[in-house]
Amino acid sequence: MPTFLDNSWFRNIYCNLVENDSARCASGGWFGDGILPNNLAWLAYTVAAFVICFAILNALLGSVIVYIWAWRRVFARFQRRSGPNRWGPFGMLTTVADAIKTMFKEDVVPAEADRLIFNIAPVLMVVPVFMVFAVIPFGAGTFFVDLNVGILFIIAVTSGSVLAVVMAAYGSANRVAIFSGMRSVALLMSYEIPMAISVIGAVMVAGSLSLGRIVEAQDVPFIIVMPLGFLVFAICALAESNQTPFDIAEAESELGSGYLNDYSSMKFGMFYLAEFAAGIAAAAIITTVFLSGWRGWWPIPSQFWFFGKMGAVLFGMMWIRFTWPRLRPDQVMGLAWKGLFELTLINLLSTGIMVAVFADEEAPGDLFSANELWIMAAVNWVVFVVSIWAIGKVLAPKPYRAAMLEAPVQLYPVGVDEMPAVKAAGAAD
Amino acid sequence: MTLQTEPISINFGPQHPSTHGVFRMRVTFDGELIVDVEPVFGYLHRGSEKLAEERTYTQVVTLTDRMDYVASMTNNQAYILSVEKLAGIVPEPRGVWLRMIAAELQRIASHLVATGFLIQDLGALGTPLMYAMREREKILDLFEMMCGARITNSYLRPGGVFADAPDYFWQALRQFMDDIPGQVDEMEELLGSSEIILQRTKSVAVLKPGDMVNAGITGPMLRAGGVDWDLRHRNSYDYYDRVQFDRPLHHASDNFARYWVRIQEMRESIKIVEQCIKAIEPGPVRPKSVPFLVRPPKGDSYVGIECPKGELGFYLVSDGGVSPYRCHVRAPSLMNLTLLKEMLVGTYMADMFVSFGSTDINMGEVDR
Repeated sequence: MPTFLDNSWFRNIYCNLVENDSARCASGGWFGDGILPNNLAWLAYTVAAFVICFAILNALLGSVIVYIWAWRRVFARFQRRSGPNRWGPFGMLTTVADAIKTMFKEDVVPAEADRLIFNIAPVLMVVPVFMVFAVIPFGAGTFFVDLNVGILFIIAVTSGSVLAVVMAAYGSANRVAIFSGMRSVALLMSYEIPMAISVIGAVMVAGSLSLGRIVEAQDVPFIIVMPLGFLVFAICALAESNQTPFDIAEAESELGSGYLNDYSSMKFGMFYLAEFAAGIAAAAIITTVFLSGWRGWWPIPSQFWFFGKMGAVLFGMMWIRFTWPRLRPDQVMGLAWKGLFELTLINLLSTGIMVAVFADEEAPGDLFSANELWIMAAVNWVVFVVSIWAIGKVLAPKPYRAAMLEAPVQLYPVGVDEMPAVKAAGAAD
Repeated sequence: MTLQTEPISINFGPQHPSTHGVFRMRVTFDGELIVDVEPVFGYLHRGSEKLAEERTYTQVVTLTDRMDYVASMTNNQAYILSVEKLAGIVPEPRGVWLRMIAAELQRIASHLVATGFLIQDLGALGTPLMYAMREREKILDLFEMMCGARITNSYLRPGGVFADAPDYFWQALRQFMDDIPGQVDEMEELLGSSEIILQRTKSVAVLKPGDMVNAGITGPMLRAGGVDWDLRHRNSYDYYDRVQFDRPLHHASDNFARYWVRIQEMRESIKIVEQCIKAIEPGPVRPKSVPFLVRPPKGDSYVGIECPKGELGFYLVSDGGVSPYRCHVRAPSLMNLTLLKEMLVGTYMADMFVSFGSTDINMGEVDR
């Protein structure tokens, strides 16, 4: 299992701080001897950890700001508008201006709100999203921590946002918000299950829950090896990050902004931040688990590969968001339980059988070779096409009954110009 | 053990993003199901009918603009036809053709707005709406060429229109007529090929044709129920008896049918405008004999026309003076709301504003 010192960033900071830790720092620090004596190694450890946490938070905030700007510009292009273009080059500082404006707004708490819950909810919303980034490998040797239960950690942490939504809805003592909160709980609970199961396919092939290991296993990206798993995971990721066609919790045209209705100032800003950060997190997870993460071809550095793929996924998510209408809540639930759940089980079954067939008894823990992955991919694509067709048949909307379309309307038959007498409302038949 | 539940009632509007104005509904829900709807309106009441009693017949035209501000031209048309009937004015042919062109362009614009807002109400973040608005923008440009105004046109006058369209209008109109069929096709494809839209709109908020007739519902809503009732065909005001057009009918009477009918009607409007362009001949646009202050003889008149929303009628009573003694508007938006409760009860909350929007109401006209 990789330790903290396998992380190149962490090692650099640590080795520069500690005087002489030859066991851990092979080449020593950049300045020869470190600053701190050896018996203060724990301090060096802590400082390095803080520096990295600071870096991750700020990098994430910065990327959210860039994402919001890109989101608005792309959205404008989709709608034949110019988008923000006044403040900074290409309007890049608009988000900064918005953030400053949001901070200086009056913070209103409704009189009947449950103050404690109302105030904690935005914090609880932001924290899990940021925690996801702790386990994501951004490049070769560029990760904060390579947990051996990385995937499990992500699934566990992201389900915390359900709690935040319910708290926001309950705390604001607003009926519309309660509706939104209930919808959100139903949605997130339902989509958690196919999401978790669809990842299991990738976990089985990689033989590990660690995200670093999953990336290493992808000689062939898992989007090719298990298209069903990718499809289900991508749909669930859209749902989990409250995007159309699953944005029933925010449902602007029905509920205003749902659970966000009563929030203002920076509390609203935190929800806003969490929403976009969740989008980035979803894209990062999809990239890592299904698009072979940071792997790419020389000479482009691995970090660029990662962020390039992530950008492509984000663009796809934006495209869907800008153009698609929303599903009805009952249809959203129906899709999760009638469609995605079955699909993900089929994916699990077919991948599981092939993992059992190809597994090497003598060398447990060995990764599958590219050839084996290609064979799996071929079989899985056949399964993909067949199962999508079958599920499509089951879930297809009911066509109009032919009788209804052909039934002549008794009152004014088409083509007859005489106006027949209309029975008065309430008259006996 | 059974869980004790009770219905929850929520107030939507008058400040709500999807109420198409300042409409208010007090809706009672059982879970997500709607069990009761109580509409409240009157927030945009400006007393247009009363104001009309203190203005001359020509000045009232500006009031009609502001009733249904998405379809001002047809409002003008309904009012002017009623005045002409009251005063016995025979309009000039060129004026009539011009106002028919204006009215049909207005119909396309209004239906575009209705269709765009359907997809907006369904939850799309405004992109399809922007595409509809782009086409509407071209029509507004055409109106600007005709009369100098885009929304509140006040283009029509007793006996025709107040000014002839300039030469460049006809070029722009030709250009528009070449473009618009493709855009309507695009709109129809958007509506008919998106699985989500079909799933959301089909068999939702079904109304019985008989109920609709009894409630006085007219326009595309009624034709979506299979009732062949189009006043352009039935009464043939202006020169609608000289043009050929179909009356698209759908029998499902649900949200999808209502929008399908609107899309098809855009096509028919395009046909009518083409025929008007062919038929129009040079000449005066309004008769010289009509005085500035129209003084109709004592009496009353009612003319109903097929405006984009349904039957728009103006009932005018004259006491022989320069302004109407009484002006009453039969507003299709208001009439089409009659069955709102029947439509919404039993559907889900998410479909509430889609069904509400499918009546294509305009609060300016409901409250007047």
